[in-house]
Amino acid sequence: MPEPQRQLLMDERAVERALARMAREIVERNAGVAGLAILGVQRRGVQLADRIAAEIERAEGARPPVGTLDITLYRDDLTAIGPRPVLGETRLPQDGIEGRRVVIIDDVLYTGRTVRAALDELADFGRPARTFLCVLIDRGGRELPIQPDIVGRVIDAAPDERVEVLVPELDGRLAVELIRPSGAT
Amino acid sequence: MSLPPTFLGKDLVALEPLDAAQIRAILDTAEPFKEISERAIKKVPVLRGKTIVNLFFEASTRTRISFEFAEKRLSADTVNIAAQGSSVQKGETLVDTARNLEAMKIDMVVMRHGSSGAAQFLGERIPSNVINAGDGRHEHPTQGLLDMLTIRDHRGRIEGLRVCIVGDVLHSRVARSNIWGLTKLGAEVAVCGPRSLLPRGVEELGVQVFTRVEQAIEWADVLNVLRLQLERMQAGFIPSLREYNRIFGVTRARIERAPRELLILHPGPMNRGVEIDSDVADGPYAVILDQVTNGVAVRMAVLYLLAGGVPDKAEAAKRES
Repeated sequence: MPEPQRQLLMDERAVERALARMAREIVERNAGVAGLAILGVQRRGVQLADRIAAEIERAEGARPPVGTLDITLYRDDLTAIGPRPVLGETRLPQDGIEGRRVVIIDDVLYTGRTVRAALDELADFGRPARTFLCVLIDRGGRELPIQPDIVGRVIDAAPDERVEVLVPELDGRLAVELIRPSGAT
Repeated sequence: MSLPPTFLGKDLVALEPLDAAQIRAILDTAEPFKEISERAIKKVPVLRGKTIVNLFFEASTRTRISFEFAEKRLSADTVNIAAQGSSVQKGETLVDTARNLEAMKIDMVVMRHGSSGAAQFLGERIPSNVINAGDGRHEHPTQGLLDMLTIRDHRGRIEGLRVCIVGDVLHSRVARSNIWGLTKLGAEVAVCGPRSLLPRGVEELGVQVFTRVEQAIEWADVLNVLRLQLERMQAGFIPSLREYNRIFGVTRARIERAPRELLILHPGPMNRGVEIDSDVADGPYAVILDQVTNGVAVRMAVLYLLAGGVPDKAEAAKRES
């Protein structure tokens, strides 16, 4: 079987520019850094959250608290996809999320089920004053009534295509690629 | 990214048939489950809607409660059945008991039974997942796993460590699960106890044998001290508890002569002053309560791994996003 085709959607500079703009939008929406908490969804949302927090620190001189969410145990499809070999870590910022303005950061928004799971998990930890959803790529195809507040780029991907966000910590480079099954046009 | 449905098979009966990669995967999966028990809301919804029966034909407090906490923290519905006061007392066979439970639509059975092989027997006859919580003298796999997790937490590894199991190895399913699991992960394992309480031919499992506890302490990095079941004295395996303590007891005076810093485990419940002295059990080398804490995490991991159904590749890829 021939290899699937990979198409570059965003190169390193394009991703950096998008993250810088998203960081500015987060601060603008929150009118500053006070009260913010940034939560990256495992796995690649974690690295994006770190980059966005670093951007905010560069622009505002203060770094918002950053945490991670692993939503595996909140998914609704354990019996459909089977268990994961190793679960990621859920680690909230030290002061928690109670009464904070929480920004959930994920790499790709597709069906909305990951976000639904993240909201359920968040509710078990406390009650944020406001929760924002911030994604690098919105590829359409929602199965739930969930919309992002802040988006890096909107693309229209077909159901048989996959969008991959690559980060240096895990993949060796920063980019967004579209993967098509070969033979598709 | 998902594990195949056959990763652990349908049941967890023993550590003997597992390979090192499977054991390591269970221990690695247990790590993040520790954190759930530290949360204010100690519960995740992953086993919501699953019904689990804890079927205990022998008395157990720690293991049953540990399983029950694990099940509840994963949001499963649980039912506890003790042999006392159940239809088992009226002569119902194991398979009939299980079939009746199946008829009420259950998903998993956690079973402790006095007969070696009971868990495998049950697993072969019912479609539910079966987890062995101790069967006769055979195995107690989740105890072996929590012992290994505790050793790994404190020493950073299992491979190359010298672990000596001290006490009534003959009657101990904990010893068997430890020997299988630890040797598969590359530890050197020894046993120590009176000859009357060591299984004949135990050397063939690849373990060293010490008949003096001082030698074991001299050799070991880790001691796993087994409970001496008091009825063994009546059965004539040992002359008296006092004498057992004098010769095989893990005492402060003995461990102070250890050439390296020991780690001391005990599966509980302890007979203080028999197999282990109080100042050792409560001392700095003992990690007995860490074992209890890790027991819940290991059991959560096993339940989670066995509950995963048949993966549909296309669906899985789609839901990745």
